[in-house]
Amino acid sequence: MEAATIYIVLAALFGIFMAWGIGANDVANAMATSVGSKALTIKQAILVAAVFEFLGAVLAGGAVTSTIRKGIVDAELLSGTPELLIYGMLAALLAAGTWLLIASHKGWPVSTTHSIVGAIVGFAAVGIGVDAVHWEKVGTIVMSWVISPLTAGFIAYLIYMSVQWLILRREDPLARAKRFVPVYIFFAGFTITLVTIMKGLKHVGLEISIGDAYLLAVVIAIVIAVIGAFMINRIKPDPKVEKKDHFYTVERVFGVLMVVTACSMAFAHGSNDVANAIGPLAAVISVASTGAVAAKASLPLWVLMLGGGGIVIGLATFGIRVISTVGKKITQLTPSRGFAAELAAATTIVIASGTGMPISTTHTLVGAVLGVGVARGIEAIDLRVVARIFVSWVVTIPAGAFLAIVFFYIFKAVLP
Amino acid sequence: MANVLANIFGASPVRPLEKHIEIAHRCAKKLRPFFSAAISGDWEAATAVRSDIEALEHEADNLKKEIRLNLPKSLFMPVPREDLLELLLVQDKIANRTKDVSGIVMGRRMRIPEAISERFIDFVDRNIDATKQARKSVRELDELFTAGFRGAEVSLVEGLIEELDRIETDTDAKQAELRAALYEIEDTLKPVDAVFMYKVIELTGEIADMAERVGRRLELLLSH
Repeated sequence: MEAATIYIVLAALFGIFMAWGIGANDVANAMATSVGSKALTIKQAILVAAVFEFLGAVLAGGAVTSTIRKGIVDAELLSGTPELLIYGMLAALLAAGTWLLIASHKGWPVSTTHSIVGAIVGFAAVGIGVDAVHWEKVGTIVMSWVISPLTAGFIAYLIYMSVQWLILRREDPLARAKRFVPVYIFFAGFTITLVTIMKGLKHVGLEISIGDAYLLAVVIAIVIAVIGAFMINRIKPDPKVEKKDHFYTVERVFGVLMVVTACSMAFAHGSNDVANAIGPLAAVISVASTGAVAAKASLPLWVLMLGGGGIVIGLATFGIRVISTVGKKITQLTPSRGFAAELAAATTIVIASGTGMPISTTHTLVGAVLGVGVARGIEAIDLRVVARIFVSWVVTIPAGAFLAIVFFYIFKAVLP
Repeated sequence: MANVLANIFGASPVRPLEKHIEIAHRCAKKLRPFFSAAISGDWEAATAVRSDIEALEHEADNLKKEIRLNLPKSLFMPVPREDLLELLLVQDKIANRTKDVSGIVMGRRMRIPEAISERFIDFVDRNIDATKQARKSVRELDELFTAGFRGAEVSLVEGLIEELDRIETDTDAKQAELRAALYEIEDTLKPVDAVFMYKVIELTGEIADMAERVGRRLELLLSH
């Protein structure tokens, strides 16, 4: 009993620390776009992020958490020695956290998800045995890391092309923006709600039939679109600024849309990245409290809430500064471009969350930004940075794995 | 703490290019007070304007260097980097020519012959019209990027460039008339002064030529 409590407390501490780090650093990527384009003020962005990160984590974070908790390591092999799974998951959390600290100190663009998955695979393959890893599952996850930025890029390309075609290249972009932006709002609301209802909610114990899911998604999307249309109608052109920048008012209309996609992005981010912090924690809790490796144990809701809360604390303590710094640097993403990137990324991420794929939200967003760039939407993209992402991608997995192996043997020697 | 999303964006050359043409135009516009002073023989005032011109030319030059430095080959842009650099180069030449022509007039304390002075000021004004129109066209660059160089915005810019061409053709006509008028009175001038007068007319006319070439470069961007 004593040992079990120690394990849970340790795992909770490490998990909250991870969640805090995610809130402090990663959320900035989701929110800075909206701040940079001035669709949201910093205060509004923090509020949106706090609410929707938390909602995303709690309502739609279950599937990915389940993958991290029991999809990568074959728990059957550990039924005789359940403590090994505890040591391993603790080691994985600490390894990923350490690696992220080193990487952010050095300024390397590494992914939280890649670190934690690398760490879990590392301790399992070396600490327990090569057979203890569900390699086909790991293969699928790695594939999803390639596919998710590509998918987001492709969707972003299509969305931005449609924006140019329907609005920006026309004689009367403002009238057209006012007409079409509510439609985009509808689609943003519809996709996110639908995927969440169909894939996420069952982990919180809600079962909704497919027909009801579509109906609910349509109703929610219409409500959001109507509110959006109302906000848009209040926007009046400013002829003075218009003279210098013909798209000024048009961009303000897109700004309304961007508030919606920012919410979606925060929600999506919470739904996927919360697992990085609480997946291992959930594994430790289920083993430590039952004393056995029970693959069927369900995920306690308070664990998801702990993760969501940790992210919000990270956001409030440190994330504010990161958001404003990043926001100032990405002014090229005007609302018409930023929304396309955010909507594409959020959609891709929420689908990944629904199917339990732990992907890198940052890389997905970068893929979406590149997609807008291919649609001739971005004035200048620095390809050297894109290349650096690939390098850190390759380095992170072995680094996370190595650290996890080291911590695993330390825990094995030290912990009861 | 480096952030991926922040670093993925290179420095956009669009606003700096718009700022650069603004400086080049302001530089060219100074020719009007400069020549007014030169015609009335007020060399003190001319010297003051001339130093303004030098300062603006210098400013344009610095901005040009800065834009170039911020445009590494690793940038992925909707239009070729080379075309943007060429645009920058011709924009910069507007300021260069302005400095050259004012330098000659200043150095030789040239008096524009009274018989052609009115015509000459008219010619200078038309050249400044050309740089103004070039500025107006380049100012559409950010809108062009937003619209992806297609559609209504392209037609708008094409219209601006057509007008720029008309102004440039007009300066050519005025230049021809001015030379003819100068030819009429050249015997009354010292031969060296006459030769330099032709030179000043030619250099001033090149300002509108450069403005027109700014239009040509923009047109190239439109065809991508």
